Amino acid sequence: MTPTIVLPVVIAGLYAAGVYLLLDRSLTRVLLGFLLLGNATNVLVLSASGPAGEAPLVGHAGSGEMSDPLPQALILTAIVITFGVSAFLLAVIHRSWRLVRQEVVHTDEEDRRVAARTPRHADAMDPDDIDPVDLAPGDRAAVVGRPTDVEERLAQRYPDTASDDVGLPPTRGRTT
Amino acid sequence: MRVLAPLPVLVPLLGAALSLLLSRFPRAQRLISIAAIGGVLGVAVALLVLADASGAVAVPVGDWPVPQAIMLVVDRLSALMIAVASTVGLGVLLFAVGQGVADGPRSSPVSVFHPTFLVLMAGVGFAFLAGDLFNLYVGFEVLLTASYVLLTLGGSAPRIRGGITYIVVSLMSSLLFLAAIGLIYAATGTVNMAQLALRLGDLPDGTRLLLHGMLLVAFGIKAAIFPLSAWLPDSYPTAPAPVTAVFAGLLTKVGVYAIIRTQTLLFPGGALDTVLMWAALATMLVGILGAIAQTDLRRMLSFTLVSHIGYMIFGIALSTPAGLAGAVFYVVHHIVIQAALFLVAGLVERQGGSTTVARLGGLATASPVLAVLYLVPALNLAGIPPLSGFLGKLGLLQAGVAAGGALPLALVAAGVVTSLITLVAVSRVWSRAFWRPPQQAEHLETPADAAADSGPDVGDAADGTGTDGTATGGGDGPRGSSRSGLGTTRRGDRDAAWARQVALATGGEDAELPADPDSLDQRERMPRGLVGATAGLVAVSVALTFLAGPLYALTDRAAVDLLNRTPYVEAVYGDGGPASSAEDVP
Repeated sequence: MTPTIVLPVVIAGLYAAGVYLLLDRSLTRVLLGFLLLGNATNVLVLSASGPAGEAPLVGHAGSGEMSDPLPQALILTAIVITFGVSAFLLAVIHRSWRLVRQEVVHTDEEDRRVAARTPRHADAMDPDDIDPVDLAPGDRAAVVGRPTDVEERLAQRYPDTASDDVGLPPTRGRTT
Repeated sequence: MRVLAPLPVLVPLLGAALSLLLSRFPRAQRLISIAAIGGVLGVAVALLVLADASGAVAVPVGDWPVPQAIMLVVDRLSALMIAVASTVGLGVLLFAVGQGVADGPRSSPVSVFHPTFLVLMAGVGFAFLAGDLFNLYVGFEVLLTASYVLLTLGGSAPRIRGGITYIVVSLMSSLLFLAAIGLIYAATGTVNMAQLALRLGDLPDGTRLLLHGMLLVAFGIKAAIFPLSAWLPDSYPTAPAPVTAVFAGLLTKVGVYAIIRTQTLLFPGGALDTVLMWAALATMLVGILGAIAQTDLRRMLSFTLVSHIGYMIFGIALSTPAGLAGAVFYVVHHIVIQAALFLVAGLVERQGGSTTVARLGGLATASPVLAVLYLVPALNLAGIPPLSGFLGKLGLLQAGVAAGGALPLALVAAGVVTSLITLVAVSRVWSRAFWRPPQQAEHLETPADAAADSGPDVGDAADGTGTDGTATGGGDGPRGSSRSGLGTTRRGDRDAAWARQVALATGGEDAELPADPDSLDQRERMPRGLVGATAGLVAVSVALTFLAGPLYALTDRAAVDLLNRTPYVEAVYGDGGPASSAEDVP
């Protein structure tokens, strides 16, 4: 059998697109990038089994004509792991959205602290000590308020906006 | 021994299932967790004694024929690692239980803590026992998935922020590892490590180097070696104290363990030793320079964690029996010491209401026990004679000098410098947080402080005066009470500590109202469970000093086994060794 060029091209394309998405600041894109990379790796493992053959069932084909079953077993395990982890990552992203109404990677605390080392802030090393005014707008909510504070304030500001948690009980701000 | 080998994986997994079923009964959960981890500790000690006495043993799961079966391999190294891991796991678990008891059921971690912790320990055990690369990957995934849950426990904003970094970086390293497994399988047709040890040598040099490099990068991310370590100090400090302790103690060391296997069993001959030595040099220096710039105790400890990984990589990269023995000894020492220090940081947070060193003061007066608990492991970390840190570093430095050459000698010098700067970093924390009078603690008065952040300085003021907390607390009372509703929290424990402090402060403001006797009591005397668990780990770390002789002898034998490779391969293939290709093993 001749080696196929389709698999390497697919693997390369998936890796390229996955890395591109992974470098984005939006967490949903990061998740999509991770899924693409996971699939690229699965196809890579699949291509490790060599040329395609008959289904690896005893009695169905001669041992020389079977395709190698081990990489398929490995891929199945890897798919299950990827599936579970992406579900968890999705939950974390949703939680991040609920907390700060942002689903982007946050500014690094360390960078900001170094940048904030003016004499007035010379000893403001704890993220909690930093003046919220000095922060990037997207990071303020995370530092200023607890989750409930954010939700309450948002509920006051946008009373008509529906909660993004479909099916969950309404947040405290709206019931009181 | 064949019966005992799967138990370090099975017992925690069954315990996790059971404790998930009993999630409504916290007391039963605690008992199950403690029994499971205690049982693993017993099994691990038995395995260690047996493996040391009678050599490595491999168990094919399900009794399949050997190269096809999933193998669990117990040799001196893996048995030693499991024994140390379960010791630390038990200490941390007792700390977590003590914390749950002390803070009451409302603020204790959700019922998912115990099952997840057990799954984590099962994953760690599986990674140490796995006899093939793919099951090593599965072990990694099991422990990582459990660690994602533990790190984002409670789902507060800082934990989510740190957790996302951690999760994405870990996923990348896992994907890289999986891709490497796929390529290794394509090149050799097996993922069994003993079989790989025989077959990888036949590959062309370029292919071998590529596979070797991919594995090292994947494990290097997990072990937090310098260019791949930036994720660690950002994510670890946000987690609850016991979680950070078990992460810092165990998870990076699983990566180090995988690197040891890669360098000795799979790719002997030290093809990438020079690269590893440069990485070790950079890890030590960059890590410790990062540590000295920190003013938060936990972040400082996270950076020293990264820095001291460099010592282990140094020992591994030497590829000599002395170097490997030193590295394994250092791994054992560092697992215990780093977990103990993070538990102490949890106690400091509880006592002082903050881990920001600028806000702490007078802790030595307020709690002499805590001061001793910090000082002993801190000096041990810095390598003060005669503690085990000194012995580990001495062994590594001697191995480096014996190896000779410019780069090993540069690493020896860097090791000494790192040790000195570690001493500076930990003693700075000591002199500020513990030794200086509380009045000198710097209090911040920024607009942020006034607007949003009130708890810690109230806590400090009340706490710094030690026994007479109510009087000073009264002075701060109005400020504290007016702002207490807006208090920003980074961590649940800290929130609880603040709540107590604020209650004290407001109680002291009104002279007629007696302060809540319970909260006063809690503030002055830390719960015995927490102190006991921490003291236990500190005692283990001191005991390592006294047991250093036998332990070093053991790691010496383990290192000889590792470099020899035949014990591992023969254990997998049975006594006769691989019939076809026995001559391949050097």
